[in-house]
Amino acid sequence: MIINSRFFNRSELIGFVALALVLLVILPLSLDVFRLNLVAKYLTYAFVAIGLVLCWGYGGILSLGQGVFFGLGGYCMAMFLKLEASSVENTKIQSTPGIPDFMDWNQITALPLFWQPFHSLTFTVLAIILVPGLFALIIGTAMFKRRVGGTYFAIITQAVAAILTILIVGQQGYTGGINGMTDLRTLKGWDIRPDHAKIVLYFFEVFLLFGCIFIAQFIRLTKLGRILVAMREQEDRVRFSGYSVANFKIFAFCMAAIFAAIGGAMFALNVGFMSPSFVGIVPSIEMVIYTAVGGRMSIFGAVWGALLVNFAKTGLSESFPQLWLFGLGALFIAVVLAFPNGLSGIWADYVQPRIDRLLASRKSKSGAWADNSVADGAPAE
Amino acid sequence: MSDEPNRGLQSPLRRKLLMGAAALPLVSILPRPSFGAGPATATVNTTGLAVTDTEVTVGILHSATGTMAISETGSIQAEKLAIEQINAAGGVLGRKIKFIQEDGASDWPTFAEKAKKLLVNDKVAAIMGCWTSASRKAVLPVMEQYNGMLYYPTFYEGLEQSKNVIYTGQEATQQILAGLNWIAKEKGAKSFFFIGSDYIWPRTSNKIARKHVENVLKGKVVGEEYYALGSTQFNSVINKIKLTKPDVIFTDVVGGSNVAFYKQLKAAGVDLSKQALLTISVTEDEIDGIGGENIAGAYACMKYFQSLDNANNKTFVPAFKKLWGEKTVIGDVTQAAYLGPWLWKLTVEKAGSFDIDKIAAASAGVEFKDAPEGYVRIHQNHHLWSKTRVGRAKLDGQFELIFETADLIEPDPFPKGYQ
Repeated sequence: MIINSRFFNRSELIGFVALALVLLVILPLSLDVFRLNLVAKYLTYAFVAIGLVLCWGYGGILSLGQGVFFGLGGYCMAMFLKLEASSVENTKIQSTPGIPDFMDWNQITALPLFWQPFHSLTFTVLAIILVPGLFALIIGTAMFKRRVGGTYFAIITQAVAAILTILIVGQQGYTGGINGMTDLRTLKGWDIRPDHAKIVLYFFEVFLLFGCIFIAQFIRLTKLGRILVAMREQEDRVRFSGYSVANFKIFAFCMAAIFAAIGGAMFALNVGFMSPSFVGIVPSIEMVIYTAVGGRMSIFGAVWGALLVNFAKTGLSESFPQLWLFGLGALFIAVVLAFPNGLSGIWADYVQPRIDRLLASRKSKSGAWADNSVADGAPAE
Repeated sequence: MSDEPNRGLQSPLRRKLLMGAAALPLVSILPRPSFGAGPATATVNTTGLAVTDTEVTVGILHSATGTMAISETGSIQAEKLAIEQINAAGGVLGRKIKFIQEDGASDWPTFAEKAKKLLVNDKVAAIMGCWTSASRKAVLPVMEQYNGMLYYPTFYEGLEQSKNVIYTGQEATQQILAGLNWIAKEKGAKSFFFIGSDYIWPRTSNKIARKHVENVLKGKVVGEEYYALGSTQFNSVINKIKLTKPDVIFTDVVGGSNVAFYKQLKAAGVDLSKQALLTISVTEDEIDGIGGENIAGAYACMKYFQSLDNANNKTFVPAFKKLWGEKTVIGDVTQAAYLGPWLWKLTVEKAGSFDIDKIAAASAGVEFKDAPEGYVRIHQNHHLWSKTRVGRAKLDGQFELIFETADLIEPDPFPKGYQ
């Protein structure tokens, strides 16, 4: 078994340092708080994209329903924040003060039972991880144990996304319906809306993101990661070698779900808002696009993909409010046609060789970099 | 609600670079040399809004893309027309109005993001925008946090009132009650069947309508059904209608669902010239999609119809068509959107200032005599006093005015006895 002696190889280290530099130094220094808050919003999708790298890029399980888990995480967080914002004091204008405003509009007169535990932050944090995790476990077990995979699995995840959207929209008295949960204000009395809170939340999110990157990288480097890749390439051989393929798939799918849920929770905190428009089919596919643009084999690429696509979205829509969707579409087509391996492919094909050559000419005699080709070669298709 | 006004505006970190990109969509209108004669900027703008000696910037925030674009385009057009007309008449306090248009993309969080961008980055003096309740609910916390001013054009469910919003459409009681009274009296209607799209506006509207039917008109609601947004299967409810034979079908189905609903109603043999149907959600814009032949004979309860016969409307309709094409139709919300820039101008001039707090305080009592719907006035609760009208749909897609209230109806966003 080959495990890299270092946690990051050289090219990954460059990627890590570059990302840390941009997220922790360059962006905070060059952007105003409004734009920084937008970056925080973009980064919430990076969590999902990292999860997809594990589950799709490495495990070969294409999920077109990550919005479900993003939404579950986001709604758990939003429920806590909404309860805090719906104090009797804040809602005295309602017919039933002390419950969220949308419940009052829907003639609900008491807080539903399943909302009660969300008064507790500890419960909420656990729920953000466990609810999507368990849900993924159930779906994963039901599907993978029966050897449902590939396209069928992708279609089923889409159906789940559609069902959850309909459920949320239909049960508007309990979920806020199509409006979503708006006007989230404080976290344990700490106002999440002013500028200084946005900055704190941004850095908190970036550290969480690096946490997820480390976890993903760790999984990738262990035997587990090798099995995932092997499974993607030759599922039957892995099965005949005595591994339970289904369990590994379930694991990858659950990890991706938990990452997505963390992203969703950070979204609710940063944007002060949660709505079914992040749960359905379209946002779920968009999340796959971020991963594809970044390069589905690259953990760092996923982060760049989420950032780049969202920057393009905002920039194009501000400059060309009528035409921006065409611009965005053209961008996707261009990336898929010209660079099927996404941003990380561009890096590996064009930038990395030059750096290597540069370094090689300097240290031409050491020859210490020979192992890189093995490490980098793993993801090749 | 707005216990922290202005925090966002005091941020020390500002980057001008991105504002350059944001300025791209600015459409400059009719260069006129006469701007700049107004009072000094320092006196009319004490909170750092985008006001110069010659110009003032406002935002337009609607969906130009996505499912709502078809409805919101009319509002965008109306607001641009109003701004153009105001500029042609000398602007606001001697300043030309520039606008920055942002696309909410039929996506509620995008609305919130763009509203924030307009307020924090562009420092617009007012925003004309939003259409659906969902988008307004998303934008409202932003308006209150950063102390902006939103002119919201759509008829809506009420239960809301904000210092930072002027509601130029009708709230639910204004739209519904007079129409129900009329149809009860005119048609002797006693039984009603409610059909709505499943979200907050139809639910709240029907709640109010039900209370009114049961408590005031002493009638009966024989059915109440909701369909998901975008739903196109109404056959089962049409069967129920045929079974229960209500005197009136009362509908607040929105958007594209309307097309399916009226076509299926017609196909099922329900003749709208015999079966009374009162809708509060179909304007001339929707009939464009439904087709006049499918809906002719239905009654709509609105405050404005394109066919209104008054002097203001007779100048408004041709001006609108001249700018946006002969084929465009003007619905209720489009007219309400047209009021936004004008009411803002009148309020600014009454307050003698662009400051949000002063505009909010000065809004009550502002009158607009040239409104296409006729005279309107802003109430203390930031809604408009306006008339309720009932029209009957004709084959050509226009409405024929059947009834209008004699007086302006008082807006009552928190109606007692209807909650």
